[in-house]
Amino acid sequence: MAVVQDVHGHHDHHPSGIMRWVTTTNHKDIGTMYLWFSFAMFLTGGFLAMGIRAELFMPGIQILEPELFNSFTTLHGLIMVFGAIMPAFVGLANWQVPMMIGAPDMAFARMNNWSFWLLPVAGSLLISSFFVPGGAAAGGWTFYPPLSAQGGLGVDMMIFAIHILGASSIMGAINIITTILNMRAPGMTLMKMPMFVWTWLITAYLLVLVMPVLAGTVTMLLTDRHFGTSFFNAAGGGDPVLFQHVFWFFGHPEVYIMILPAFGIVSEIIPTFSRKPLFGYSSMVYATASIAILSCVVWAHHMFTVGMPAVGQLFFMYATMLIAVPTGVKVFNWTATMWRGSMTFETPMLFSIGFIFLFVIGGFSGVVCAIVPIDIQVQDTYYVIAHFHYVLVSGALFAIFAGVYYWLPKWCGRMYDEKLAKMHFWLSMIFFNVAFFVQHFLGLAGMPRRIPDYSLQFADFNMISSIGAFGFGLSQLLFLYIVIKCIRGGEKAADKPWDGGTTLEWTLPSPAPYHSFETPPVIK
Amino acid sequence: MSQGTGHYYYVPSPSKWPIVGSSALFFLGFGAALTMNKMPAGYYMLAIGFAILIYMLFGWFGDVARESEAGSYGKLEDKSFRWGMSWFIFSEVMFFAAFFGALYYMRVLSVPWLADVEHDLLWPNFAGGWPTAGPGITEQFTPMGAWGLPAFNTFLLLTSGVTVTLAHWALKQNNRPALKMWLLATVALGALFLGCQIYEYGHAYADLNLKLTSGAYGSTFFMLTGFHGFHVTVGTTMLLVIYFRCAAGHFTPEHHFGFEGVAWYWHFVDVVWLGLFIFVYLL
Repeated sequence: MAVVQDVHGHHDHHPSGIMRWVTTTNHKDIGTMYLWFSFAMFLTGGFLAMGIRAELFMPGIQILEPELFNSFTTLHGLIMVFGAIMPAFVGLANWQVPMMIGAPDMAFARMNNWSFWLLPVAGSLLISSFFVPGGAAAGGWTFYPPLSAQGGLGVDMMIFAIHILGASSIMGAINIITTILNMRAPGMTLMKMPMFVWTWLITAYLLVLVMPVLAGTVTMLLTDRHFGTSFFNAAGGGDPVLFQHVFWFFGHPEVYIMILPAFGIVSEIIPTFSRKPLFGYSSMVYATASIAILSCVVWAHHMFTVGMPAVGQLFFMYATMLIAVPTGVKVFNWTATMWRGSMTFETPMLFSIGFIFLFVIGGFSGVVCAIVPIDIQVQDTYYVIAHFHYVLVSGALFAIFAGVYYWLPKWCGRMYDEKLAKMHFWLSMIFFNVAFFVQHFLGLAGMPRRIPDYSLQFADFNMISSIGAFGFGLSQLLFLYIVIKCIRGGEKAADKPWDGGTTLEWTLPSPAPYHSFETPPVIK
Repeated sequence: MSQGTGHYYYVPSPSKWPIVGSSALFFLGFGAALTMNKMPAGYYMLAIGFAILIYMLFGWFGDVARESEAGSYGKLEDKSFRWGMSWFIFSEVMFFAAFFGALYYMRVLSVPWLADVEHDLLWPNFAGGWPTAGPGITEQFTPMGAWGLPAFNTFLLLTSGVTVTLAHWALKQNNRPALKMWLLATVALGALFLGCQIYEYGHAYADLNLKLTSGAYGSTFFMLTGFHGFHVTVGTTMLLVIYFRCAAGHFTPEHHFGFEGVAWYWHFVDVVWLGLFIFVYLL
């Protein structure tokens, strides 16, 4: 990809101090805020996770009363999904999409600022709900009625937090779609876009498709709670199962919203460190699109034990298993990209390879869960917990780490400490597996999720899992240290610190100038 | 395509409006949660939130209108606005889809299930059928007929779709008096629709005993028509703003996406109403 570019001297006219960040319309400033916010939420959600694992360290009730334990699991899920993983990906999109397509900024720069600044509002609603009478929502992150039709102020705060998060996500998604469709540099046709941009385009489409449905769902829940409607109330002709259908119509595509950008990141990193172009680029694009389409017709696999006609079970089982095909295409392509490449193993690459290994485990346990007779056994057990932490932690989160290490030199013009970063990877890798691999066994043995106490036969594995979780939690403080150290004074980074990088951001100086491309580069 | 700030795409300078909007939603979010739990602080927070929100809307849209009139937006920005508005309307379609989905689920699945043989012990004597308030709500109600006021409302909205198009043609021919007249007619039709809708709600509560609490029928009827009515209110307000902008001499025959975006939104509201008329009133 040959690039002609022309970067002028810059006039960074913006207010200084805190007002720079509050009023900014710059995609890099906003991306930075997204990433720091998501890390703060990651630590908050992580604190809740540590609480959960501390309670489960031994049988019996030690630290958390059952009601508070339920609030911990509920808010851990909500904060990690909506506060940590999604904003981290949007932060990466904010930084990278304009640079990778040769645009000056996002299409709607002011709205971009609003998308971000809604997040702290929603975050404060969620976190402060712990301290109101009745406590935070405790019905699980999926907040099924009738449990969520009960509960007090905390549930309403959660509902409005979700409304605000949804507004933020929809605005962010519209911004990303418009930027990608309208602001690509001349010559960058759709099929020349970097994979990260492709996966974000499709993710943003999914967001616009399903976030409004979630808004409708929580609205129905709110009116059922306070205005006497009967959407989820059988006495009025409604059905609590209706909630599950509309929730999972959002919830399943949401799963792919949290993994498609990860696929994109890994698809950038593996070619760079294999010093080979991505194997099967177009099949990667089609696989991403297929996953997105299939993700909209599989939602009821979360509901096999609720009761549905056998035809429904069969349809949702086969449709779910079908997703393994395009996902398999992707894994094959990543592996084939590495095949006979001249590979090096810097931290972004380590996290990407770790991603492939562990995400595949999570993917396979997903196929296991998709099989109706097995799902009926493992529903609501730790097997499911293990499954989705393999795809969300070692999938989404590992890819975010990979992306941050990969692009950090471009963002701050300095290299991170490679030795410490490798340590961060290996600690994360080992402790993650210690924490979550044993949960498969716990689940298969029948340990239910969302219960603060357990039967004695689960004690050993729970203790191992908790030790792993504590180790994993501590290892993330090392990540914070590495990032701060890098910003404060790492070794100076070259414009293109990685040999194999081919995308547009590497043609810019490091650190990237405040306004990326003042005149569009020409892609040949 | 060169713009004011020296870029080839107009990137607005730092702005306070987003954070003003966020503080509005902070007050609205906490205020609504407290209000619904009957805590008096909530009402004050809601009032503050709405006041800030209105301030933000005036300020932000004012900035956009000024930038547009100053010629900051070229072809590329115009295309961004078109994409943005299209995807926003798509997200609105999906919001209504959730409620239409709920209506479908209740009518076709959950109500018949509650009346089937398996539920005979739990709900004896429940016959199912539609409209219904469900097996456990004994208060009787009369469903809303389709061919009275709702049909008239359909006529109003369809006519308003024509008048807004006439206004658009007038704008393209630079016929400002006709533009303003047709816009005003559209606003009037929207307002009349809302008046009829309010009258219909009064009729439902006073004469038909049809309430939000009337089970499956009442829930879907009021939530679907209510959210639609809210969107008509927003749309009418938007049209009114565009009318004032036209009166102030904004827009040219070639460059008027503000007008078009509102017209698109108005057609979307119209189409949703047709869905409502068929699935809520008629069938």
